[in-house]
Amino acid sequence: MTTPQEFVETALATSSADGCVVLVEEHSETNLRWATNSLTTNGQMRSRTVTVISLFDKSGGTSAGVVSRSITNEDELASLVRASEQAGRDADPADDAAPLVENYAHADDWNADPATTDVAVLQDFAAGLGAEFRSWQARDQLLFGFAEHHLTSTFLGTSTGLRRRFDQPDGRIEINGKSRDYARSAYVGRHTNDFGDIDIAAVAAELDQRLGWAAKRIDLDAGRYETILPPMAVADLMVYAYWTASARDADEGRNVYAGKLGSRLSQLPVRLFSDPAYPELGCSPFVTAVSNFGGMTSIFDNGQQVAPVDWIRDGVLTDLARPRAWAAKTGAQPRPLVENLVLDAGGTASVDELVARTERGLLLTCLWYIREVDPQTLLLTGLTRDGVYLVEDGSVRGAVTNFRFNESPIDLLGRATEAGRTEHAMSREWGDYFRRSAMPALRIPDFNMSTVSQAS
Amino acid sequence: MPDIDAAFLALPARELAGAALSRATELGASHADFRLERIRTANLSVRDGHLESSTDSEDVGLAVRVVHDGAWGFASGIVRTASAAAELAERAVEIAKVSRGLSARPVELAPEPVYSDVTWVSSYEIDPFTVPIADRVGRLVELSERLMSADGVDHVDAQLTHVLENKFYADTAGTMTTQQRVRLEPVFTAVNVDRAANQFSSMRTIAPPVGRGWEYLTGTGWDFDAEIAELPELLREHVKAPSVEAGHYDLVIHPSNLWLTIHESIGHATELDRALGYEAAYAGTSFATLDRLNDLRYGSPVMNVVGDRTVEHGLATIGWDDEGVATRQFDIVRDGTLVGYQLNRQMAHDNAGTFGGDRSNGCAFADSPGHIPLQRMANVSLQPAEDGPSTEELIARVERGIYVVGDRSWSIDMQRFNFQFTGQQFWRIEDGKLAGQLRDVAYQATTTDFWGSMEAVGGPETYVLGGAFNCGKGQPGQVAPVSHGCPSALFRNVNVLNTVAEGGR
Repeated sequence: MTTPQEFVETALATSSADGCVVLVEEHSETNLRWATNSLTTNGQMRSRTVTVISLFDKSGGTSAGVVSRSITNEDELASLVRASEQAGRDADPADDAAPLVENYAHADDWNADPATTDVAVLQDFAAGLGAEFRSWQARDQLLFGFAEHHLTSTFLGTSTGLRRRFDQPDGRIEINGKSRDYARSAYVGRHTNDFGDIDIAAVAAELDQRLGWAAKRIDLDAGRYETILPPMAVADLMVYAYWTASARDADEGRNVYAGKLGSRLSQLPVRLFSDPAYPELGCSPFVTAVSNFGGMTSIFDNGQQVAPVDWIRDGVLTDLARPRAWAAKTGAQPRPLVENLVLDAGGTASVDELVARTERGLLLTCLWYIREVDPQTLLLTGLTRDGVYLVEDGSVRGAVTNFRFNESPIDLLGRATEAGRTEHAMSREWGDYFRRSAMPALRIPDFNMSTVSQAS
Repeated sequence: MPDIDAAFLALPARELAGAALSRATELGASHADFRLERIRTANLSVRDGHLESSTDSEDVGLAVRVVHDGAWGFASGIVRTASAAAELAERAVEIAKVSRGLSARPVELAPEPVYSDVTWVSSYEIDPFTVPIADRVGRLVELSERLMSADGVDHVDAQLTHVLENKFYADTAGTMTTQQRVRLEPVFTAVNVDRAANQFSSMRTIAPPVGRGWEYLTGTGWDFDAEIAELPELLREHVKAPSVEAGHYDLVIHPSNLWLTIHESIGHATELDRALGYEAAYAGTSFATLDRLNDLRYGSPVMNVVGDRTVEHGLATIGWDDEGVATRQFDIVRDGTLVGYQLNRQMAHDNAGTFGGDRSNGCAFADSPGHIPLQRMANVSLQPAEDGPSTEELIARVERGIYVVGDRSWSIDMQRFNFQFTGQQFWRIEDGKLAGQLRDVAYQATTTDFWGSMEAVGGPETYVLGGAFNCGKGQPGQVAPVSHGCPSALFRNVNVLNTVAEGGR
């Protein structure tokens, strides 16, 4: 079997392009899914994607051919290299062209075998889950959910001599507990690198506590309420805000950040930042781009070092994502998107402590089906899901109806009056795409619960 | 009918299937199926007339699914040798054994006739991958430049996604299918920026994604030249349009908007796996529970909805599904009453008593070789009235209302009750006539109230097949293409929000 490192070297050696980048992603994953206390689907998957980027200097700039294939042998690699060259030769000069990243020193173990995962990583979890199925069945309550673990080893080589590799572990559990009649529902979601930190019994106990809170049902009308957004719900909102943080769109006057660089977004000492070395949320310290994402990443930037970056500091918007080409055009610093996001507003309180000092307000669990209504203000709509609790005099009194909200995360930063301590929190809405985030709870004095949803 | 791509036919599908299925049988599987798939996807994006991104990716892989001792097992990989295929069968059986202890009910499948060695190809003329990349980009640039040259257009985004999908399927009953589909989705967006006011507005084309080939961009099935020519004036009018006054309005909804409301509030709500709770932790459940079959008043008596995986150019159209079931058309809502669900073979078997028959209607689909088939959406479509009114006649029936064109944002709750949609164009209706555009409009309703307020559906000449490439469902997440046809339709007294007011401004 050809190794990923050999695929990289062979593709670079046989490329006749003026510049070439090769990315090999070796991917393995395993998962379990269950509903009504019973397993429904499962799987073990392996895949390999090889992307060859062929660059050609021509009048008017540099063109790029970007072709990806599931490669299994050297013959297929040879035809991939030819296809990439053909695409590059035929293409018009690229708008985001920049010189390839030059070689630099780093400590990657290039020669090590790719890391893989398999169903064994889920074995202890599955055993614990089986025990919970029996216990929940006995109490006439239902468990639904999903557990998965991924490992992706990425090998990057460039015709400028750079060789980098990164192994990204990535796992999660999502567990939903319901009463037999589906009227009460609670949810816990967690990101994990290796399942060593997942305590299924503790998760089940948390679900049980929340279903207990929901034993009393209170009807409330739509309206503006003091609301505690727990870290998961803050992640739902901030991840979307992050994805729209394009410097180019802002420079062109066509996103919510236009004209706001250097402006105060929050009265709280908010720091929104990304750091590839953040504990347990580690991500690639160099750019790996197989396509251009929303004008914020560029295939020309492959291999660029990813430095820690503050997007918001002391409540002031300090930076936006920009590839090197746009940075050069505008005289700004390049800022690659980073695969993690942390919001810290200096708070130290747990969610329980925020609840304890609430006279009357709502405590949410998470948000769902979030979509952009108005890009001008980044107004988003969506639903509350799996538990909206009424807090009075510092204690949870019961569960209220779900609501549809209309809110902008940028406005919410401006209106938040208190932040809790920052903890690992995976967005439920965007967890398929972005899991490495840490967020505080936020207290919003007037969250817009626009209409009532009958969903439970 | 175009030929199935020779490069796909050259893959050793039969040999791999034979190795996998015989190994699964040796290991005691009561059912096994094998898929070899190749999915080629190209994404082109042009920004302000300049090529921003062009990618061409191909996913080739094989998958084995088994029922072993009453439990599912699934494994997939990329190595295309007989021994690797047999090993996938072993892994699938191994994971079925792990699953057995966690599974409450043994898996049984509804019967289906055997289709031995059959082929199917979707209806298109030109595979876009055979068109030189320079010509594909050239067409996007040409149309972008026409938009850019218009007054009031400051930026233009153009995107084209096109897919060539090949599926080979074989199972232990003897069914063997080889299929090919082509689809594409072109989108052009014009943006106006008012620097002085720090305001921006945009409008995009309403051309739907379709199961057609390159001919779609050159005049077959849609007139892009005409739509591009009209867009700048529509945008200019949108920019200066007054903000809507929130309240209740009668709505005439064009198919370019209504398809998405159908998708969310009917399509997903009548997936039986949702109604049974299999998606409860993720996509959600459905208010249209199985005990309400033949009883639930879904909407007004003019409401008739079918599921269909056979309509020409439909994005969910195919010959046989990923369980070897021949596709068909079936009723979901008849005269306003819920009468059917979308099914796969396991659910058809398990609920045969309720449905009075144990036949799947062919809605199992996996988006890639790496994923297990789920119950996925058919083309779910609202039927027009045979001699129904034109869109203008529907508008003429409205004293004070809004005519809604094009989809934009969409959101619905996890039981498919409460939804909120925006659009591309909103036209004020006064005394039966259009009276200029409005902006900042969202309409919001509860599903059965909304469909209950549908007073009339338009005639066949108002019918358009809309759709999307990106319907998400399942964990791990799967993305499927699906079409929804509908006529224009008239709804009375719908809640309309002003989105600027909703944002607290």
